Amino acid sequence: MLEKAIKGSKLYWGWICLLLVGIGIGFLAYTVQMKEGLSITGMSRDVSWGFYIAQFTFLVGVAASAVMMVIPKYLHHYQPFARILILGEFLAIAAVSMCLLFIIVDLGQPQRMLNIIFHATPHSILFWDMIVLNGYLFLNILIGWVTLEAEHKGVEPPKWIKPFIYLSIPWAVSIHTVTAFLYCGLPGRHFWLTAILAPRFLASAFASGPAFLILLSYVVKIFAKWDPGKEAIQSLAKIVAYATIINLFFIALEVFTALYSNIPGHTIHLKFLFSGLPGYSTYVPWMWVAILAGLAGFFILLFPENRKSDNVLAIGCLLVFMSCWIDKGLCFLIGGFTPSPLEEVTKYVPTKLELLISFGVYCAGFLILTILYKVAVGVKKEVAGEID
Amino acid sequence: MKSNRRQFLATLGITALGWSLFPNLLKAAEATSGHSLKGKRWAMVIDTKKLTVEIMEKCIRACNKAHNIPHIPDKKEVKWIWIETFHHLFPGQMGDKTHVSEYPEKKSLCLCNHCENPPCVRVCPTKATFQREDGIVMMDFHRCIGCRYCMAACPFGSRSFNFYDPRKFLKEENPNFPTRTKGVVEKCLFCYERIDEGKKPYCVEAAEGAIYFGDLNDPHSEVRKVLAERYAITRKPELGTFPCVYYLI
Repeated sequence: MLEKAIKGSKLYWGWICLLLVGIGIGFLAYTVQMKEGLSITGMSRDVSWGFYIAQFTFLVGVAASAVMMVIPKYLHHYQPFARILILGEFLAIAAVSMCLLFIIVDLGQPQRMLNIIFHATPHSILFWDMIVLNGYLFLNILIGWVTLEAEHKGVEPPKWIKPFIYLSIPWAVSIHTVTAFLYCGLPGRHFWLTAILAPRFLASAFASGPAFLILLSYVVKIFAKWDPGKEAIQSLAKIVAYATIINLFFIALEVFTALYSNIPGHTIHLKFLFSGLPGYSTYVPWMWVAILAGLAGFFILLFPENRKSDNVLAIGCLLVFMSCWIDKGLCFLIGGFTPSPLEEVTKYVPTKLELLISFGVYCAGFLILTILYKVAVGVKKEVAGEID
Repeated sequence: MKSNRRQFLATLGITALGWSLFPNLLKAAEATSGHSLKGKRWAMVIDTKKLTVEIMEKCIRACNKAHNIPHIPDKKEVKWIWIETFHHLFPGQMGDKTHVSEYPEKKSLCLCNHCENPPCVRVCPTKATFQREDGIVMMDFHRCIGCRYCMAACPFGSRSFNFYDPRKFLKEENPNFPTRTKGVVEKCLFCYERIDEGKKPYCVEAAEGAIYFGDLNDPHSEVRKVLAERYAITRKPELGTFPCVYYLI
């Protein structure tokens, strides 16, 4: 099936080249980081994780969201998702790959990364995160490829793949739960020390992932002339709407608990994010945009007539995606580190090199995504008797 | 008894399994048989009343020089022991600043607490940071992958990461202590290298009697005596990490 990825239009190859250039730029920036150390980032003693780990956290959610199609399709036999499911699974592969890359670029000594395996330490959550992320990557490659190959050959998927599909459901939940555990098990980081973190992560995952998939479906429809199905998109849009409001509800719960209890260690991080600390309010507009975009996206997607209009639906999804990205891919991490456990306020803004390296990782993810989608759509079209 | 190849292989397999498991079981049995009384438990008691800025600076200089700690003039700095106000050392415990202004602004020394229940050791994915039997929380600079999870986990801000190559910031080098490379985490190690020789840490030596050091498990030790006589606090006791650095008030 891979041969589908090497037969494409000029537009396809142009896009691939563009992504390769992006990866090259990111790699060049990374060589500077290899040479100079993480000193080229905006991180510091007080804000010791930054943009990389924030992107990792966000993308785990995008990866986990494939489960929102696997459950209806395989547990409830909801057939409209049969067509689009492969796009969800392949998105998960690209997203997990980016997660792993973001972890690697964040390491101070990447050449030693296999120490996680050589000196396996089960009491570290990072060890389990390594297990679940790689396992999830493996599961999605296996399931995606086997089911697509069966479709290519015009036969039912083999029976042995079923247990893997069922396993992928709790596994998807596990990747985001374990990622939440990375944060919420730390004493002295009050902003993260909340039992609701894993459900909140899952809610924002099931909002941002399907929202992104709807946007991707439009891209596929326009550029590859293949329609993943109107009903599937409509169902996804409903999932996005409900997940968005649950996510916002969870954020509101956090805000209430902290502000009403009025415990300084808990309120100070929210103050930093929503109103700013003296001399440092960089992330206040971002946080408010995240909340307002989330609310606006929810109200747009709540009404069926909005969901049915392609343009309005796309805008709604874009707002939701933006809201989740700012909330989880930026503010959540920086807010937890500001102020520090010694209540010192240290500013963090990602540097240009840091952003270029992140850009390179995103390009690598999109390259994986493009190739996989090209294969998937090529097979689907061939089966349907359409000429590519 | 009839034997065949299959049985022979099975016996061989079980023997190999037993061979590999047995020593570990022995070890596990040893570990559970009450070692807590045997081992020492190093602790530091800082007399905040005796400490002056001059003494504190002397302590810091002694430590920095002996441990090849680079002087980095920005927020990517490396610190093992440094001066901090009470307000930062004990956040939330200093009352409101308007009515009680003296104590929050008072200065004291800040270093790794060598917690009895260290979160940094719990989260480290490679055991690059680990706890010795005598309680010292150690760092293996050659195993650390630089994920900085320990820095997120430490509630006391005691850990530093080598964002830069630290050797570039060293004016003179102590050949008896390793310098570090970029990309690894480091922190105060309670002068394990001196304790192993029967000496006290550099900062204790430089503190002119303002810092006590000794075995918390020994009822006759100096630290136990001074803790029995005077009121002492630890940082963030509510987090249950059980710091082994005490502050006499």
